[in-house]
Amino acid sequence: MSAHDVTPAHAAGHGHDDHHHGHDDGAPHATLKGYVVGFVLSVILTAIPFWLVMGNVFEQPSTTVLVILAFAAVQMIVHMVYFLHMNSKAEHGWSMLALIFTVVLLVITLSGSLWVMYHLNHNMMPAMSHMNTAP
Amino acid sequence: MSDVTALSPAAGANPSARFYLSTEHHPENGTLLGFWLYLMSDCLVFACLFAAFGVLGRNFAAGPSGAELFELPLVALNTSLLLLSSITYGFAVLEMQRDRIKGTLLWLVVTGLLGAGFIGIELYEFAHLIHEGNGPQRSAFLSAFFTLVSTHGLHVTFGIVWLVTLMAQVMKHGLIHENRRRLMCLSMFWHFLDVVWIGVFTFVYLMGVLR
Repeated sequence: MSAHDVTPAHAAGHGHDDHHHGHDDGAPHATLKGYVVGFVLSVILTAIPFWLVMGNVFEQPSTTVLVILAFAAVQMIVHMVYFLHMNSKAEHGWSMLALIFTVVLLVITLSGSLWVMYHLNHNMMPAMSHMNTAP
Repeated sequence: MSDVTALSPAAGANPSARFYLSTEHHPENGTLLGFWLYLMSDCLVFACLFAAFGVLGRNFAAGPSGAELFELPLVALNTSLLLLSSITYGFAVLEMQRDRIKGTLLWLVVTGLLGAGFIGIELYEFAHLIHEGNGPQRSAFLSAFFTLVSTHGLHVTFGIVWLVTLMAQVMKHGLIHENRRRLMCLSMFWHFLDVVWIGVFTFVYLMGVLR
């Protein structure tokens, strides 16, 4: 847990600054516990979607899609926190700000593309709509 | 193990830096933040490729669909290789924090081999698809698939090149300040590629098989 609640001020007084200055570049102090917790969580979060799809657990494919997308989102957050040491304090909050900005652009790009192209396929080619089945 | 004392000349080499640190932490330079910004821009490249795949992913042109092409056991093996390489890189970072050169290099070698295994399986999959006439020119779905997955694969390949370069640097110069910074940048790069792969196996492979 200490892997992601180390503030820069704490890192300075972490007891490592007296034998080398490897942490003065803002690098977070990683811990074995953080990596192991992150790894176990991601193994679980990877295994369940594969099991859901390969074992045909749900009747409706749309249910499976929603569930595996949710698992992917949670696993991405787990990787960000435990492996990339992401927190609101890193680099005085600038990392988090850049991440939030990127996520906004990402959502606009993905949802916008899918939304526009879906309607394009349905409105521009009504006679061929059975051939063009964009998601 | 015995390398701990080998680095002691670097210890306390800059007494003013310590004072600087104990008053208020302020990064010497913004390399890690700058590298993070690069990763975020890389994220947008992948977002565009994911969007292209999302739009074109069902335009099969009367060709095979994902359900007919993808072998999920192979993808599961690939995913586990990349996931394992993530934690082995984490072990390398932990060894680096303990000033153990041999341990760091050992875990870097393991990480590189796992990454090479990932690339090998991916190349096998691509060769198999192209051999059966399902190359990128077969349909819009396969064009988008090859572009997205091979862009990720290229990133991993360059990550391995970077990793080998850094191993040579660490062997030559030891765990000096610059090498620690480089290893932390590669750590971010490597874990970032794992995050992108989560999107690939969910969005491309698992959902491709479902459709």
